[in-house]
Formats: sequence, structure tokens, C-alpha cells
Amino acid sequence: MLALLWLVPAFPLFGFLVLTLLSGSETSRRTEALIGVGSVGISALLTMLIGIQFVFSPPAGHEYVQILWTWMDVAGFSPRIAFHLDDLSLVMISVVTFVGFLIHLYSAEFMRNDEGYPRFFAYMNLFVGSMLVLLLADNLLLLYLGWEAVGLCSFLLIGYWYQDPANGRAARKAFIVTRVGDTAMAIGLFLLFDNLGTLEIQELMGRAAQLWPIGSSLAVAAAALLLGGAVGKSAQLPLQIWLPDAMAGPSPVSALIHAATMVTAGVYLIARMHVLYSLAPVILSIVAIIGAITLLMAGFSALVQRDIKRVLAYSTMSQIGYMFLALGVGAWSAAIFHFMTHAFFKALLFLGAGVVILRLDHEHDMFKMGGLRKQMPIVFWTFLIGAASLSALPLITAGFYSKDKILWEVWSSTTGGVWLWAAGLAGALLTSVYTFRMVFLTFFGEPHAYVKEKSPLKAPGWRMSVPLVTLAVLSIVGGVVDLPETLGNLPLLSDLLHNTLPRAMLAAQSISTELILQIVAALVSLTGVLIAYVAFLARRSTAARLTKTPVGAALHRLWFSGWGFDWLDNEFIVQPFLWLARKDKNDFIDKLFQEVAVLNVRMANMLAATQTGRLKDYLLGIVVGAVTIIALVVLL
Amino acid sequence: MILIYLILWLFLGGLLAWLVSRWSTVWSRRVALFTAGAQLLYLLGIWLMNLSRPNLASSGAWLMEVDLAWIPQLGIHIHLGMDGLSLLLILLTDFLGVMAIAASWKEIQYKIGFFHFNLLWILAALLGVFLALDLFLFYFFWEIMLLPLYFLIGIWGHENRLYAARKFFIFTQLGGLLMLVSILGLYFVHGQNTGVYTFDYLQLLGTSMAPSTGMLLMLGFFIAFAVKMPIVPLHTWLPDAHTEAPTAGSVILAGLILKAAGYGFIRILLPLFPDAAQQVAPVAMALGVAGILYAAVLAFAQTDLKRLVAYTSVSHMGFVVIGIFAHNQLALQGAIVIMLAHGVTTGALFILAGALYERVHTRDLNQLGGLWSTVPRMGRVGLLFALASLGLPGLGNFVGEFLVLLGTYKVNAPVAVFATLGFIVATVYSLWMVQRIFTGPNLAGWQIPDFDRRELAIATLMILVILGLGLYPQPVLSTSQQTIQSIQQLTTREFHFLSDHLDHQGRAAIERVAPGRDLWIGPA
Repeated sequence: MLALLWLVPAFPLFGFLVLTLLSGSETSRRTEALIGVGSVGISALLTMLIGIQFVFSPPAGHEYVQILWTWMDVAGFSPRIAFHLDDLSLVMISVVTFVGFLIHLYSAEFMRNDEGYPRFFAYMNLFVGSMLVLLLADNLLLLYLGWEAVGLCSFLLIGYWYQDPANGRAARKAFIVTRVGDTAMAIGLFLLFDNLGTLEIQELMGRAAQLWPIGSSLAVAAAALLLGGAVGKSAQLPLQIWLPDAMAGPSPVSALIHAATMVTAGVYLIARMHVLYSLAPVILSIVAIIGAITLLMAGFSALVQRDIKRVLAYSTMSQIGYMFLALGVGAWSAAIFHFMTHAFFKALLFLGAGVVILRLDHEHDMFKMGGLRKQMPIVFWTFLIGAASLSALPLITAGFYSKDKILWEVWSSTTGGVWLWAAGLAGALLTSVYTFRMVFLTFFGEPHAYVKEKSPLKAPGWRMSVPLVTLAVLSIVGGVVDLPETLGNLPLLSDLLHNTLPRAMLAAQSISTELILQIVAALVSLTGVLIAYVAFLARRSTAARLTKTPVGAALHRLWFSGWGFDWLDNEFIVQPFLWLARKDKNDFIDKLFQEVAVLNVRMANMLAATQTGRLKDYLLGIVVGAVTIIALVVLL
Repeated sequence: MILIYLILWLFLGGLLAWLVSRWSTVWSRRVALFTAGAQLLYLLGIWLMNLSRPNLASSGAWLMEVDLAWIPQLGIHIHLGMDGLSLLLILLTDFLGVMAIAASWKEIQYKIGFFHFNLLWILAALLGVFLALDLFLFYFFWEIMLLPLYFLIGIWGHENRLYAARKFFIFTQLGGLLMLVSILGLYFVHGQNTGVYTFDYLQLLGTSMAPSTGMLLMLGFFIAFAVKMPIVPLHTWLPDAHTEAPTAGSVILAGLILKAAGYGFIRILLPLFPDAAQQVAPVAMALGVAGILYAAVLAFAQTDLKRLVAYTSVSHMGFVVIGIFAHNQLALQGAIVIMLAHGVTTGALFILAGALYERVHTRDLNQLGGLWSTVPRMGRVGLLFALASLGLPGLGNFVGEFLVLLGTYKVNAPVAVFATLGFIVATVYSLWMVQRIFTGPNLAGWQIPDFDRRELAIATLMILVILGLGLYPQPVLSTSQQTIQSIQQLTTREFHFLSDHLDHQGRAAIERVAPGRDLWIGPA
């Protein structure tokens, strides 16, 4: 079974190829959907079979390597096209293929009336294939290939509705900003290869641990450079600016790429390279701090958005901030656990929002919605479950277990501490406030006139409902795979992951402390819901009044614009670059050569002017010349 | 003798195409296509046969060699030799030649016979450059490329063609003259040292000379190659020439002529003047990096599609320059892969630009936009090659650029870091280009026919090559490996001796038998 591993990424890639070649021909939508959805479905099925075998009869050393061919072989640099399966990559590919399949199924209906149907599925398949290559790569160069390819798919799908220049701009921005991070990452690869002589991940980690002492400058530099790639892809400070704009893409794209999978590639990279990061504790602390700051800043921004998808985008940044926070304190498996539950509930929320947006003719403004609860029951209930999970409502939601694990390990980790924990807790409050603000604005209260105009709203068909319901179920029960000590003590997922990832270094804490912290966290998230209820449903005027005060208005502006990072980048990077390009469009170097040519022509003209054709001029010339020569001879 | 026939074949094919055009223009095109195509297939056969055989990979003799006296009184020979590197480059020459002929099928509508004669003449001269092992012969081929190219730009070019043709001619001619001076200088230095007056490359290798003489002679070659490469700031002829040339001219200029300069650096300059090359390396690498970034910004600034692509060429050649002067196996191998991949990528982009121009009669990006819905095939092809150009992994250019940077990092990390920044600007201009042509609103309301079968065939072949280079470049790398290794051994000879396992006596013995050629690959 394991030998079929290569087929897991191969099927979606093959689907991409077929769909690309088919586009333009007279293929029916049915066939196209069958290829697009089917290829990912087969991939998910294969992953399941491989996963079962891997978990129940694990290969030696809990890893399986499949070599396809040697990519290149020059002077000792010989990266292979090879896949490496271990518990970490298994968990990742399971989520990607399964959630990916559900989103593909949803898209078959969502995109039904779009003229670019095969193009959409081709890009989506390419994305899934590339993401799987990224996750399964056994060396950093192949990982980099997947890394860039998913970035490309993100670009293509953000700009999917290409006729609107705004979408093109958002797509470009996403690709360029992430490429800045990727460039740092590429330099990191040069550094690693130059010093350790390989890019094969397992070998690399072994050599790093052997050759580099903890805190060595090379390890710090390498970890920092790779972190550049990770913050770009995962939309963390300071390269986070592209994600909110990326919402220009169709909603299934946001669900798949900009929530569930691609944006967590940075988390995966750091977890995958955990040995290197353990050698660079400074960088690891920076990871935690970046995570903490991003989760708070994005949380505040999510609080004031009007566009439902932008709320979710900032929320994604914020939740990935939690994962970074976990990674930064060495809580590797907690980060992956949160990745998994986040993939379920955030994909669910995006898909739910997608139905709403589709039924309201691409209206994103929550203030033009309201009261959708009765009109779209399936969407409402599943969305509510997703929101509860995102807000980590205690006991019944998957989000509670994963977020709680992060908070607990941040608190008790030897490299964590109370400040990072407090940031996480404050973020939890923000999360439930902005989440339920969104729920109340969209589904409760009086329907906006716009909604009434569009009514009655058609219920989603089975291809959209099945993914919604499935994800809703997972958003609730997904937590049981890893129960904390206080609640059953059954950490299945962590045990699995600990075959690959080290355990978090926790200071000894009593179980009662854990219980107390859990109760605090639970109360905080419930408080958030209450605040949202009061401010955005019961007494809506409160919030409006707050934003009218000078301080409130200023904060609102700041948060709404994502803390002004776009402005900064525009003023200090984009505009100078454009100025330079405009100024030198005609290449000043060419001007210099032109001057030489002009000078030549001038000189030729001057000399030509002496050819007057008048005898007396020539005579004068001869006389002056002769006198000069004689004078020179005599004087010298 | 086969090597001479290869060159003659193209030249005679060109003559025949010219002759036939008196009766039938279609047959003129067919003759030209057949001439280049048949040779391409033949060379592919040779390549595939030798790939499995050990002689490419192991102790490399020339795959083919011929040495005839031409002007023996002056020590001038028709000495041609083909090893892995030359084989790759003449494969590229024939491949792009075929593409250029096919791409001109509808574009060129007058003086068709003369056009194909010129085109094949250039290919023949390029073959000569890539095969010559006699410096006089090398110079001869180097210069006879100019004339047909001058005609190509001047007769079939766009609006400003005469200006561009003249500028191109003057720049390269001046560079060429400096090279001639250097060749003669080397000839006399070697003659005075040994009493043997010869232009033979193999014999001139290892000529001992004062460092200052070496530097001067090296600079003559350097400037000639730097103009053609081009290295900033000697690049300004290129945007004009590329823009004004007809499609075939642009393809050949960007795809092949620039590669002749890269080849010159690797084959001629490094082995003949190892010390001087090493001294000038930091400057050359700095210029390379400057070129990568400067030309990338300029590319972004352009509104003329062909001019944009032309500047990207300058930018990409910067990688080749730093690869060559970083001068280790990784970087040199990378430089060769870039040369091949860039030839295909830029060739494809120029063909696309030409196909667009045929349909909308403008190259102005401000007048384009939203073409994806009317020409989706062109959009896909354009997108793919733009991605290749920005260095997307999985496509050929990435392999080359990554190897170059990896090798450069070992030698000079800051150069590698700054060069890597080129990736970002490349992303900016490539995406910008694709988006300005194919996305956004179609304000001008263009409704144009998509790629026809001929154009689709061209695009498909080029896509296959660029994908092959990106995903399985090993055959190419093994082909050039031997050449690179021997050139490296040659250039690091002194260093090699210091640290080598060769014992003192062994070294002395080699020095006696073949002074200065101890580690050279070729048959003595």
C-alpha cells in the first residue's frame, strides 16, 4: 500500500493536466467536475488506505521514503524527486486531501454557472497536487518547488475572475509579497547546503544537530531565513498584508488555500525543521512573539471589518498566529493539532460564507445581510457550529481542545510564560467577539432591505450541503482525537505526532492548575460571545457610538486598514520603486552612448563646414597651417 | 569531416532556399525548415547515442574533431571539435532555428528567399563559433554572423529598424575588433615564446605571459563578449536590436547570439587567461549583479512588449555572468542550463510577441489587456513562459539559476544574496507583463484568432523542452559535465598543483610531455 504513495500527489496533478488539455474542447461540465473532484477524491481515498497501514503497521523508524528519480546531480548536489512519509506528513496530507476533496465537491456546485469551470478545477487540482508535493518532499529543494507552486496557484485563483483589475492586483500582491519571503528562504537553502552539504531534510537535521551547537550563528541565520519564507506564506507579521486582499478569489479558494492548507505551510515548515529551530532558541522565541503579536493585531482588525470574508481572513491570520505561538514555545504537536481543527472549522466558515455571498449576488457586506437564520437553516446551523469552534466554546467544540492545548503548553513550557499566555488569552476573547459579531450581523436581527429584495434564497444543493455538514461534524468531534489530562487524558494525535516531533518541554505543573486555566479560558470565550451579543445584537447602537468618539474613530480606522501596513509598504517600497522605474524608463546609460554618437555627428559637421569650396578659405587655411608649423619648429 | 559538413549543410540549404524562392515561396520555407530540422534530428540522434555511452561522461576526448590546414603559412587551421558543451549549444541553435523559421511562416512576406538565406547563414556561423578550435576561425565565424543579422534587422524589422541595425552593428563590431587585437597579441606572444606561430586553441592554452600582458589580452576578449552577452553597461544596443528585429531575428539574437558570448567566456576566456580572469572575477560578478537588478527594473518600466522581454534578457544574462565567474562546477553547470533555458523561454516570449503583433499590430502594453477570453491558448503559453522567466521551480530557468546561486554562494555570499533579490523583481515584471496582456478589461475590444496548429506545435515543443529542463535536467548536466570539469582543471591548474595528490615526479613528467596541458581533456 505504501508503495502507492506517489499516486497521492500524482492524481491531482494528472487531473490538472487533463483539464488543461481539455479546456476549449466541447467537454460537458459533468465530465469536467468528475475529473476535477474525482482526482482529489481518489487521492483522499489512497491517503486513507496508506494512513491506516502506516498507523497500524508502521514501517521501520516510522518513516517511509519513496524515491522516484534523481532531479539533478552536480558536484555533490543531488536532490531527488522523492517522497518522505512520516506521522507529521501523514496528518498533514490526510487533512489536505480530505478537506480538499470536500471543497472540490462544494465547488462543483458553487462554480456551476461560471464560464471558466474547467480552468477553475485545473488550478484547484494543481494546487492540491503541489501542496501534497510540498508536504511529502524529502528534500528542501522539492519542498521549495511545492512551495512556489502553491504560491502560483494562489496567484492564479485569487485572480481567477481576471477581468476585474482589482482581482489581478490582489493576485499580484499575494505572489510578490510571498516571493519576498521565499527569496529569504532560498538564501537559507544556499546557506544550509554550503555548510551542511545536503538538502535532504532528515540528513540535514542529523548533520545540523551534530555540527552546530545550540545558538550557533549559522543555525540562527538559517532558521531566520527559513522563517522569512514561513511568515510570507503563513501571512504573519511583517508579510501579512497580502491575505486580506486575497479574498478577491472565489470562496472555495479562500476556504482551501487561504484558510485550510496553503497558509499553514509556514507552520509545517517550522515543525518539519524543528531540529534546526531547536538549535536557534532566539529565533524560536521570535516565532512565538511574531505569533502573539499577529494574533492580537489580526484579532483587532477582524473586529471592525464589514466584509464577511475579510473578517475570516484576519481571523485566519490570527489563528495561524496561535500556531506560531505554539511552535515558538516548542509545543509542536499542539500547533499541528490546531492546524487540523482550524482546517475543519475555518473551511466550514468560508464555505458557509460562500453560500451566503453567492445567494446575495456577490454581496460581501455583513451590514447588508442580517436575519438569514430563517432563510438558510443549513447554512446557519453549520456556520454557527464553525463559529463556536473558532471561538473555542468549551467542551463541545474541537477548537476548544486545540486552543486549550496551545494555551496550556504556552503557560507551562519552559520557554513560554505568562505574558505569551496572556496574549493568547486576550486573543481568545477577541476571537469570540469578532466571530459572534459576524454571526449576529449575518444571521440574526432584521433582514436588510437588500436581503428582502433577493428573497427567497435558494437552499444549497447536496454538493454544497454535504461538505458543510461533514465539516460541521468534524468541527465538533475533531477534538476527541486529543483529549487533555483533565478530560479523559487520551492524546491520540499527540502520541502519533510524537513519533516525529519531540514533546514540548513542560515545567512541572499540577493538574489543578490546568483545570483552573481551562475554566478561565472557557469563561473568556463565553464572555466574548456575551460582549458580541450586547454590542451587536441587543444594543447595536453601543458599538456605533463607540466608533463615533475621536479615539474610537481613530482606532477603527487603524484596525480597519490592518494597522496601516499597506500604507507603509506603499510609501516606502512601492512608490520609490515606481518612481525609479518611471525616471529611468529610457535607460540613462543609453543616453551616454547617444552623446558619443551626437558628438561624432557634431564633429563631422564642423569639419564638413570647413569644406566651403572657396579658394580663399583654403588658401587661408594653408597659410595659417604653415605659419603655425614654422612657429612651432622655431620656438621648440 | 562531419563537422564541416554540418556547417556547409546549413549554408548550402540557405543558398538553395534563396534559389528556390524564385519559383515558389512556400518551397523556400520548406527547404529552410527541412535543412534546419533534418540537422536537428541528426544531432539529437548523436546526442542520444552518446548519452548512454561512457565517452561523454568519462575521460572526454572530442566526440568529433577535424583539423585541416587552411592557411598553413600563418598557422591557421580549420580545426573544429565537438564536446558536450558545443553539442548542447548546437542543438539549441538548430532547435531555435527551426522554431524561428516556423514562426516566420506568415510574418515574413517579402524577399522570402533572401530571408531564409540570411537565417541559415547565421545558424551556420553560430555552429562555427560553437565548434571552432582555432582562434582565427572563431573570429571569422564570430564576425560573419553580423552581416546577415544586420540584414535581418534592417530589411524585415519594425519602424525604427535602420537605427537599431546600425547601433547593433557598431557595438558588436567594436567589440569584435578588440577581440581581434587580443587574438593577434596572443598569437605573437605564443610565437615568441615557443617559435611556433599558430592560432590553434589547444596549443595556445597555457601560454605563459607577463600578468599585465595577460590582463590586457584578456580584456580584449572580455569586452567583445561583454558587449554581446551583454554585461551592463554595454547592453544598450540590445533593447533596440531585439525590439526592432522581426520575430526570427529576436529569437536568434536573444536565444543564440547572446549564448555565443557565454560560450566564449567559458571556452575561450577562462581557459586561456585563468589568472587574469580570476583577477577580474569580482568586478565581473558585481557587474552581473548590477545587471540582474538594473535591467529587471528597466524591464518593468517598459510599455513595449518586445522591449520588456529584451530587458529581461539582460537581467537573466547577469546570472550567467556571475555563474561563469563564480567558477565552480555548480555555478558553471548552472550557467549552461540558464543559457539553454533562457534561449527557449525568451525565444518563446518573442514568438508570442510576434504572434500578437501579427494580430493586433501593436506591441504597446497600454493598448492590450483582457485578451485571455479571446485567445486562451496564447494566454496559457504566455503565462507558462512568464513563469519560467521568473524562475518558477519545475521549469528550466529555475534549475540553472538555483545552481548558479548555490555555486556563487560558496564563493561570494553577498553576490549570491543580491542576485537572489533579482527573483523578486523578476516576479514583478513577469506577472505585470502577463496581466497587462491577458487580464483586466478588454478595453480595446480585441477579437482575434487564437494560436493555429502551426503556432501550437511551436509552443508545445518549446513547453516540452522547458519542462524537461526543469524536471529532469540530468541528461543535459551529464553532457556538459566533462567539458566543465576539464575547463575548471585547466583554469585552476596552479591551485591544483599545490594541493594535488600528484607527486612531484608525476607532475614533472606531465609537464615534460605536454607543457601546461597536464589535465586537459583533449587528445594532445
